[in-house]
Amino acid sequence: MLKLIQDTLISQVVTLWTVFRHLFVKTDTVEYPDEQPYMFPRWRGRIILSRDPDGEERCVACNLCAVACPVDCIALQKAEKDDGRWYPEFFRINFSRCIMCGFCEEACPTHAIQLTPDFEMAEYKRQDMVWEKQDLLIDGTGKYHDYNFYRVAGMSIKDKDKGEALNEAKPIDVRSLMP
Amino acid sequence: MTLEIGSALTIGLILGTVIGVAAMLIWVERRLLGFWQDRLGPNRVGPFGLFQVVADMIKIFTKEDWTPPFADKFSFVLAPAIIMTVILLSFAVVPFAPNLGIVDSNIGVLFVLAMASLGAYSVMLGGLSSDNKYALLGSLRAAAQMVSYEVFMGISLLGVVALSGSFNLREIVLAQEDMWYVLPQFVGFVIFLIAGVAESHRLPFDIPEAEQEICAGYHTEYSGMKFGMFFVGEYLGLVLISSLITVLFFGGWYGPAFLPPVFWFAIKAFAFIAFFILLRAAIPRPRYDQLMSYGWLFLLPLSLINLLVTGAIILNSQ
Repeated sequence: MLKLIQDTLISQVVTLWTVFRHLFVKTDTVEYPDEQPYMFPRWRGRIILSRDPDGEERCVACNLCAVACPVDCIALQKAEKDDGRWYPEFFRINFSRCIMCGFCEEACPTHAIQLTPDFEMAEYKRQDMVWEKQDLLIDGTGKYHDYNFYRVAGMSIKDKDKGEALNEAKPIDVRSLMP
Repeated sequence: MTLEIGSALTIGLILGTVIGVAAMLIWVERRLLGFWQDRLGPNRVGPFGLFQVVADMIKIFTKEDWTPPFADKFSFVLAPAIIMTVILLSFAVVPFAPNLGIVDSNIGVLFVLAMASLGAYSVMLGGLSSDNKYALLGSLRAAAQMVSYEVFMGISLLGVVALSGSFNLREIVLAQEDMWYVLPQFVGFVIFLIAGVAESHRLPFDIPEAEQEICAGYHTEYSGMKFGMFFVGEYLGLVLISSLITVLFFGGWYGPAFLPPVFWFAIKAFAFIAFFILLRAAIPRPRYDQLMSYGWLFLLPLSLINLLVTGAIILNSQ
């Protein structure tokens, strides 16, 4: 009998009291347009193309991001400068398809493509959600301030191959199993 | 035009207040539920979201009021009118304050119970005339639930009637000047509270309109203002049950003298309305057969024992 009362009556009263106490608990709601939520720095939002510390664009048009993209929203075309360096002739992201998965950022060998905490990208026309290179390219370095791909990887110039200069290590042969 | 029982001004005042309060409850309920679930609730329209009611009204009045071609027109239109009418009629015998009320009836308690029983016709007709399986299921459940909970809703009140020696709600209040009946009739109060929730089919006993099982139950096919009348009728029933609990068990308008009597009535009634909303926020819905067996096998014997003990004590003390 006591068990029955415990299970039926008391438990209901405890439930009611527990819920009632939530009247004095701070609400979890963030009133968004009036009040901005805190966006974490590594939030996966709007995609940008960054520049290296020297101000050159980082993208080398390797197409890895476009391959990694599960919804195929990235399109780019390789072009070559006089010194043989690659760069994207155009770079187009269709944000109406993008799912903000961040695979492109993971695939990028030069930290060129990065995701930012900005999420307010609504548009009235679908075509306005297709961003071209001039829309994507920023002036800064994004999340990696000191990284310059060619300072790490080395570069072959006239009469000097990769790794032949002073204080330079030989490049690793990625096709070999030897240490 | 004076403020006395039964004058035209009083009737208009009570009618306006009751319907206004029932409409405001749409906002109150959503706001309170929000707070109890760590949300904010509607707070966009006007100060604190107070004009949410106005927005809801505009919406419901401008919606298409559609009668399905397969429905039985006459009873389909009649059903929502019945629930509004009977519940508003019940307010006629409720004494709000010493000089505030519509009728000073000798059969107040019986009148309220009779009107509550007629309310069952509304949901039954609504479900039957809709010609929709969910509506039919809902009205079946509603009929069974309301008829069975009516039984001990009445019996639980007999203790109060025996103590005060009157069926007149005003005299029941007057008899509680020294002690509220919630103390000697605590069991009766609890049974009446539970039966009241079932009678106004509020959560957790909203089995006739259980959204998750049978979409909206008996008002599945209703739209526009006809649905609005069911909706407001439910809130009116909530106000009515809260007022009745205040009158029968919590001394009606009695309270410390620094506030006028009608304020004490309003405060007590609102406390019960808030409690009913808390019930909705906290307690899950029982199964249909659980509800029926709980009523017939537990509450009915309990209310009979309560009546028996009350009668014995009254006889013994004479």
